[in-house]
Amino acid sequence: MTTATIPTKRAGFPFSIKLERRLTTPAWLSPVVSIGAIIVALLLGALVLLMVGGHPIAVYAHIGKAAFGDLGVFSDTLVAATPLIFVGLGCSLAFRMKLWNIGAEGQFYMGALGASTIVLTGLVSATTPRVITLTLMLIAGMIFGAVWGLIPGWLKAKLQVNEIITTLMMNYIAIALVNFFVFAVWSEGGFQMTKTFPKSAWLPKLGDYAKQVPLFRGLTTHFGLILALIAVAIVWYIVYRSRWGYEIRLTGDNPRAAQYAGINIVRNTVLVMMTSGALAGLAGMSEIAGVVHRLQGSISPGYGFTGIIIAWLAKLNPVLVILVSILFGGLILAGREIQPAGVPRLIQGIILFMLIASDVLLRYRVRIVRRVA
Amino acid sequence: MTETPNAVEMQNVTKRFPGVLANDQVNFDLRAGEVHALLGENGAGKSTLMSMLAGLYKPDAGTIRVNGQAVSFNSPRDAIARGIGMIHQHFTLIPSQTVTENILLGLNEPRFFLRLSDYDKRMSELGERFGLGITPQAKVWQLSVGEQQRVEILKMLYRGVQVLIMDEPTAVLAPQEIEGLIKTLRAMVAEGKSIVFISHKLNEIMNVADRVTVLRQGKITAPPLRTADTSIPELARLMVGRSVIFDLHKKDQMPGETVLTINKVCANNDKGLPALKNLSLTVRAGEIVGVAGVAGNGQRELAEVITGLRSCTSGQILVNNEEVTNQSALAAIRKGVSHVPEDRNQTGSAPNLSITDNVIMKSYRQTPLANGWSLNYGMARKTAQVLKEEYSILAPTVETQARLLSGGNLQRTILARELSAKPKLLIAMQPTRGLDVGAIEGVQRLLLAQREAGAAILLTSEELEELFALSDRIVVMYEGEIVGEVTDHDTEKIGLMMTGGKQEQKAIMNS
Repeated sequence: MTTATIPTKRAGFPFSIKLERRLTTPAWLSPVVSIGAIIVALLLGALVLLMVGGHPIAVYAHIGKAAFGDLGVFSDTLVAATPLIFVGLGCSLAFRMKLWNIGAEGQFYMGALGASTIVLTGLVSATTPRVITLTLMLIAGMIFGAVWGLIPGWLKAKLQVNEIITTLMMNYIAIALVNFFVFAVWSEGGFQMTKTFPKSAWLPKLGDYAKQVPLFRGLTTHFGLILALIAVAIVWYIVYRSRWGYEIRLTGDNPRAAQYAGINIVRNTVLVMMTSGALAGLAGMSEIAGVVHRLQGSISPGYGFTGIIIAWLAKLNPVLVILVSILFGGLILAGREIQPAGVPRLIQGIILFMLIASDVLLRYRVRIVRRVA
Repeated sequence: MTETPNAVEMQNVTKRFPGVLANDQVNFDLRAGEVHALLGENGAGKSTLMSMLAGLYKPDAGTIRVNGQAVSFNSPRDAIARGIGMIHQHFTLIPSQTVTENILLGLNEPRFFLRLSDYDKRMSELGERFGLGITPQAKVWQLSVGEQQRVEILKMLYRGVQVLIMDEPTAVLAPQEIEGLIKTLRAMVAEGKSIVFISHKLNEIMNVADRVTVLRQGKITAPPLRTADTSIPELARLMVGRSVIFDLHKKDQMPGETVLTINKVCANNDKGLPALKNLSLTVRAGEIVGVAGVAGNGQRELAEVITGLRSCTSGQILVNNEEVTNQSALAAIRKGVSHVPEDRNQTGSAPNLSITDNVIMKSYRQTPLANGWSLNYGMARKTAQVLKEEYSILAPTVETQARLLSGGNLQRTILARELSAKPKLLIAMQPTRGLDVGAIEGVQRLLLAQREAGAAILLTSEELEELFALSDRIVVMYEGEIVGEVTDHDTEKIGLMMTGGKQEQKAIMNS
């Protein structure tokens, strides 16, 4: 009687899958799982390509070549990665404090507008030294972006207005505002773009130094990348080494504890949103000063929104933002090569999906257990 | 064997969690019509064992029989179908809905048309039968915690449970409410239902239970004992594995200068309703003032106005004769006010940050931790290591996340932070709640050490015993007012005041 087995009905499959919560996550697991997720994503992408009659290996080889194949295209990849680094940093800083700034796109446009203002309102001329022009553009870009972060930040801090809604809506305002200036104020001969900036408002690029270093001939990578790397270093210091960063991390993890520790959450909310906006604004400045050289309507293929994805994939780590940005820069570039929309977007989507789904492996241990007969 | 089978029989039940053997070959039986107490320290495996009976977890090994039949539950729904229901420490009620709506939630009936008034009537009848006294039309948020508990009981009764498991049901109740609960339980037992009563309070178990099973570190330490045949010291020994001395050495000392002065303070709670009403209180250096009262009578708000987390609508608060009324939390910290909040997880710590990050929460602005804009993390880690040793925080390293700490260790981490600041005034809210006997003793000793060091301490606790043992004076709070002060240890008098017996008390004091 005491050792009677439990008579229960069982399905035919002899194993069951169990998820057990991990108490700690070993340090090596995270990169391994992420790389595994990317591989699985590429395999799934290959499956889709096969189903529509494509040649996955050829496609992937082409993507690889188009994004990382030689110095020239890699340089173009870095150009695409530059605004992504800024925007990814901005998002990661805000997300650390659980401020959902999805207005990087608008802040990017405002940054571009701010930088253009310096050139187009006659504040500087073609003969103004390059350093001064660019510095003023940089500052203006940051201020314009910061203002676009300040407004939702202030509304959130003082009136508890949901920042997701305000930042999203302010994207459209910013884009419309830029269009207004492009169409109505600074239109060049009726076209929807301004006149090209004078050379003194161009960020130097590697190609400019081809005379000294022949290897640099035709390379498009511009000084914005250096600025982006400096920004990475600064944000890294803020998050991991500064008192302010400690406050941001504490508030992000538990706002009530932060309040209890005497941290001024209202002030920090505004400041973090401003900094986040300023970083996205820098992306806009770097893009028009380094690549477009004038203000026009379509300066961003959704950099601001990609920044949200990048911040998440980098797990809000400023250094990882660089790597993820280069990966996405490559995909954007290769995308233009293969198909205007479609396959590259599809692969981007699958990668993102897999990476997010793989998170469960970091938090749980999967065990396959033989069912008790 | 002709006797009727036990209502529940658990044999050799084992349950493992990663890194922990929560239950190790546990046997437990429950007779029809008895109150069976499950006693043990926190983390002894009481809740785990009962969660398996209630269908929340599946045992790794062992058998569970209900009325003699082996069962295997996949969900609480299966368990309820077999007449077993569990009421958890945290209630599962929806505040914006009525009592009836909450009880009907998740049931197959009513199907589409609610006809709530019919059900209201049924709820009233059922409640009356067991002396629950609930208005079915009331919204849950309007109810006191005790009433909410009764809604949970009614919910289970409506589902027709024969076995009711209650996880530490008295933790949130006033003495008088506990008596009401016991009456309800007795009424249920009289109808042949069985009750499992999880607790770590010895007095209560002796009072309520017919039999008691003691768990320690996942194992049964003694076969079920009849409460009539055992004693509190014996149970205490079985629970902690050694004899516990319930005596603390509190030095006789004269209190010094007045540190905290609260003068006619009024404040609102989160809902904007008055929580403190013209409250006045003083605490002197080297003195522990205990605040007795049922949770939710303004204790939290009192702590928050003192520590700058809540603003007063009127009145004045002085710390060392300096005004702190309606200043920031930072101002209070700078004046030497430490605060052990009642909610360790929600307020007292940042769960995903490390022990280091948690212990520097209040000192990171000062040298040597702060260095201009920078934070000296090397120094922070060193500080944390010293505190980890000094307060015996059990954790692999100081980089361990706070959420991985047990309740006792998390509390020690918080105490390490608050006490190492050498406070002039310490607001200790329920500092030993939910800790096991060994940990409680440690925390109490730390508080007494602060008292000897000359700190003024305001202590709240739901354990009157603890207030008696530690306090120099005890004030009783009821509905945002101090309704009386006691220096003798008269439980009955305090209990009366805690539940609003203010008038009588005043009469006594005036006479």
